[in-house]
Amino acid sequence: MSEERYVLNKQLAQMLKGGVIMDVTTPQQAQIAQEAGACAVMALERIPADIRAAGGVSRMSDPKMIKGIQEAVSIPVMAKCRIGHFVEAQILEAIEIDYIDESEVLSPADDVYHIDKRAFRVPFVCGAKDLGEALRRINEGASMIRTKGEPGTGDVVQAVRHMRRMNSEIARITSMRTDELYEEAKQLSVPFALVEYVHDNGRLPVVNFAAGGVATPADAALMMQLGAEGVFVGSGIFKSGNPKKRAAAIVQAVTNYQDSRMLAELSEDLGEAMVGINEQEIALLMAERGV
Amino acid sequence: MGAVKKIAVLSVQGAFAEQEKRIEDLGAECIEIRQKADLMQDFDGMILPGGESTVQGKLLTELGMLEPLRDRIRSGLPVLGTCAGLILLAGELGGGEHGWLGTLPVRVRRNAYGRQLGSFHVREVFQGIGRIPMTFIRAPYVESVTEGVEILATVDNRIVAVRYANQIGIAFHPELDEDESIHKMFLSICL
Repeated sequence: MSEERYVLNKQLAQMLKGGVIMDVTTPQQAQIAQEAGACAVMALERIPADIRAAGGVSRMSDPKMIKGIQEAVSIPVMAKCRIGHFVEAQILEAIEIDYIDESEVLSPADDVYHIDKRAFRVPFVCGAKDLGEALRRINEGASMIRTKGEPGTGDVVQAVRHMRRMNSEIARITSMRTDELYEEAKQLSVPFALVEYVHDNGRLPVVNFAAGGVATPADAALMMQLGAEGVFVGSGIFKSGNPKKRAAAIVQAVTNYQDSRMLAELSEDLGEAMVGINEQEIALLMAERGV
Repeated sequence: MGAVKKIAVLSVQGAFAEQEKRIEDLGAECIEIRQKADLMQDFDGMILPGGESTVQGKLLTELGMLEPLRDRIRSGLPVLGTCAGLILLAGELGGGEHGWLGTLPVRVRRNAYGRQLGSFHVREVFQGIGRIPMTFIRAPYVESVTEGVEILATVDNRIVAVRYANQIGIAFHPELDEDESIHKMFLSICL
């Protein structure tokens, strides 16, 4: 990837800010998501809650299914590949996907190496649960970061934990003396220039979204108030009683995340939320995949 | 020196923070427009930023801002629309899609350069300014204009910037490049 292409890819993420990216499994769901105000959709065969329920190995979706979704909507379409599976990423690039999510939601294909994302022209988003992970993914060529959260649970606790941890680590670095940054870069296993960027700017060098367990307008607004620049909603929408209404309410909640009166209205009468699993009840922690 | 100019930035979704930073760097004041009540304030000009036009248009409609904003633009409020903002302003969209504000008498084609792999950066001539950097992200272009619309820039024979009285519509993202001349020009028409 040329430097110019990388900048263009970071800039596409900037255009998604203040928006909601929704998981969809069919062209019909993609259209519902677009009409509800999604700023992009994530095309995948099964939403995380179902992946969790089904167990087994979960892989990149059928390109034909992804192409069906690309044809159904005019907003950007993202798709997931397995951590380290650079051939799945090559296939997604070949069908001109707008963003690849190298995702812990799928079964990892490599337990040591992530994809060299600099070798691609399409942009990548990656999950992170702390600043070190985020900067390592950025160093590998990711042009957008999201919290890992714990996908498919409807439990926001881990997304909150990851966002708070990242924020406090950023705050700690901004308060460091310059001569301390070298040791910090060593501790985080990332190049000095990235740590220096965080020190000087008080933020990641790419857009940072919240993901994993967001199920209600209040969850979405919580993540925005904690500093997320936008929100991914996976299972939370199409596992709920009234997907259309819930999706639209979450979109509005992200725009007016500080207006509690509007949030109260948006939270009314949404029907059943996804059932959800507490983190203590789950056997598989997807967030532990790929550090 | 006159009073500090106050610019409203539509902040329902997209790259509004980048526009605010640019405007503030140029010495003007910014207010964010997230809901109808925000539109009741006084301001000298308005920026419609990049982002997803379907999301922004839907939120403008749901939040009851489409009509009041359209009225203010029709009565002369200076407005700068970039990328999604140009789409919101367009009188007509190619491919049978319906428009939003519809105050700018041009036809705009969305995603005219294709998907993200079609995004690009060039330096081209902008009328009255000269050669400037232009960043196109899943960008639209203007397919046709009606009489009275001034063409401000073209790239490969495609119209990418227009002006019609108080409205400036641009297919690329001047807020993402260092060159400040387009925002300076816009501030000069915000009286």
